[in-house]
Amino acid sequence: MSALRLDGVHKSFGSNEVLRGIDLDVAEHEVVCLIGASGSGKSTLLRCVNLLEPIDAGRIFLGDEEVTRRGADANAVRRRIGIVFQAFNLFPHMTVLRNVTLAPRDVLGLSRAEAEERGLELLARFGLEHRRDEYPDRLSGGQQQRVAIVRALAMRPELMLLDEVTSALDPELVAEVLNVIRELAQGGMTMLIATHEMGFARDIASRVCFLDDGLILEEGPPTEIFARPKQPRTQQFLERIIEAGRL
Amino acid sequence: MASEGDRRSDAEVARRSRLLGSLRLEGEGARGVAIALLSTAVFVVAVVVAVTQSAGWPEVRRVFFSWHDISGSFPEIARAFVLNVKIFLVCEVFILVFALMIAVLRSLPGPVFFPLRALAIMYADLARGVPTILVIALLGFGAPALQLTGVPTSRVFWAGVGLVLIYSGYVAEVYRAGIESVHPSQEAAARSLGLSRFQALRRVILPQAIRRVIPPLLNDFIGLQKDTALVGTLGVIEAFNQSQIDSNATFTYGAYLAAAALFVAITIPLARLTDLLIARDRRRRQAGGGLA
Repeated sequence: MSALRLDGVHKSFGSNEVLRGIDLDVAEHEVVCLIGASGSGKSTLLRCVNLLEPIDAGRIFLGDEEVTRRGADANAVRRRIGIVFQAFNLFPHMTVLRNVTLAPRDVLGLSRAEAEERGLELLARFGLEHRRDEYPDRLSGGQQQRVAIVRALAMRPELMLLDEVTSALDPELVAEVLNVIRELAQGGMTMLIATHEMGFARDIASRVCFLDDGLILEEGPPTEIFARPKQPRTQQFLERIIEAGRL
Repeated sequence: MASEGDRRSDAEVARRSRLLGSLRLEGEGARGVAIALLSTAVFVVAVVVAVTQSAGWPEVRRVFFSWHDISGSFPEIARAFVLNVKIFLVCEVFILVFALMIAVLRSLPGPVFFPLRALAIMYADLARGVPTILVIALLGFGAPALQLTGVPTSRVFWAGVGLVLIYSGYVAEVYRAGIESVHPSQEAAARSLGLSRFQALRRVILPQAIRRVIPPLLNDFIGLQKDTALVGTLGVIEAFNQSQIDSNATFTYGAYLAAAALFVAITIPLARLTDLLIARDRRRRQAGGGLA
């Protein structure tokens, strides 16, 4: 069964059509990487799945539930989907542990003890337990992003959306975050990942989708897309990436 | 990038609090302190000499600075000043709550809430547009005259209502500025975790917003504390009215100075308190070890 299905999704901001009919199917335990130039619609696609942006046309299914139907409870949908942003977006006025336990307590109704147990277990798993009482601005970018991932995981989501989670990091901090994601993939987490890290996408993705101008122009296993891209636009994009030394 | 924006505004808060604390001479060294002391001494002596050498000084001194008048009227004015403090404290609580409600109404997004937003805007415009003294006179003399059953007829009560209505307009705008200063990515992060709009507001947006507006909020506190003197225009005996009575009895103005000293005695500690709160918040957030 598919964990996530997009059916002809359209989204415009004013007269700017960002998504022009996206069809996408993500199976359970599948890791799908979205690649493409900036402005090709990757981030918007993720924000639409999480209902942070209302779509103009098309349908989105989470499991067998249509989340874009009239009257769907957006809060209930978001509870089932974790999203991690490029800029971390941790809550600066809360400690690491409070960042992680806020939603489990307020949204899922867990007791403080239950939420903290769950949070500490996750923090420990990703080597952040000793940072539990720090405020986010005391952490390195890599640590902040790992906390953001833990914060999303604490809700036990059935799907994770990662929006260029390493783009705001110093190069030496990228690996620690990618390792976390790799571990999640090995654990069977279903993920939809927008990324500029082509080497990472090649390693981790079950499938790679090349977005161009609001459409999925080409998709397939990473070996296909990276070694033998069919579309001229994909070839052009990958050539530029190689030129920049990013693959 | 979102977090960068957040950090910048934090830096701004820090900088602002440094400005508030600029009387301190940290990091200037002994030489800096010596220069500061010397230049202050020269300035004070110059002013004192200029004032006391002026032609009108003996008369001004008699009328304003008679220690006998000041100290004689002080106890009575201090007793009356208790009412000012009471009005201030009670009104402040209602203002903080009421203004927050207005600010939240005004920041509701979407076309559905347009009427509420419009009301909140109209309210803020009116409250800030009408002179406080007029509102106090209208309510203080008008509302008791209606003789409505179950409604207090005390002038102090209605003057308090007037102050709450006026100041809520200002404080709501301060809150709103704070709410708008929190980057939208914070709300997106909260909502993406499944928090409702109200939960996101309560847990994520307001705590950050209010922290940022503590200094301007305190400004309005100080304004309110001073404006409690307007209640005296209703004939209520508070510090200002009492000092007027004393002043009329002695034909000198020493009583006004006594009243002024009382107001300053409240407002200056308030200002220092904000500095302290800001500094404590900054220290708390930067506490802990270095980066791992």
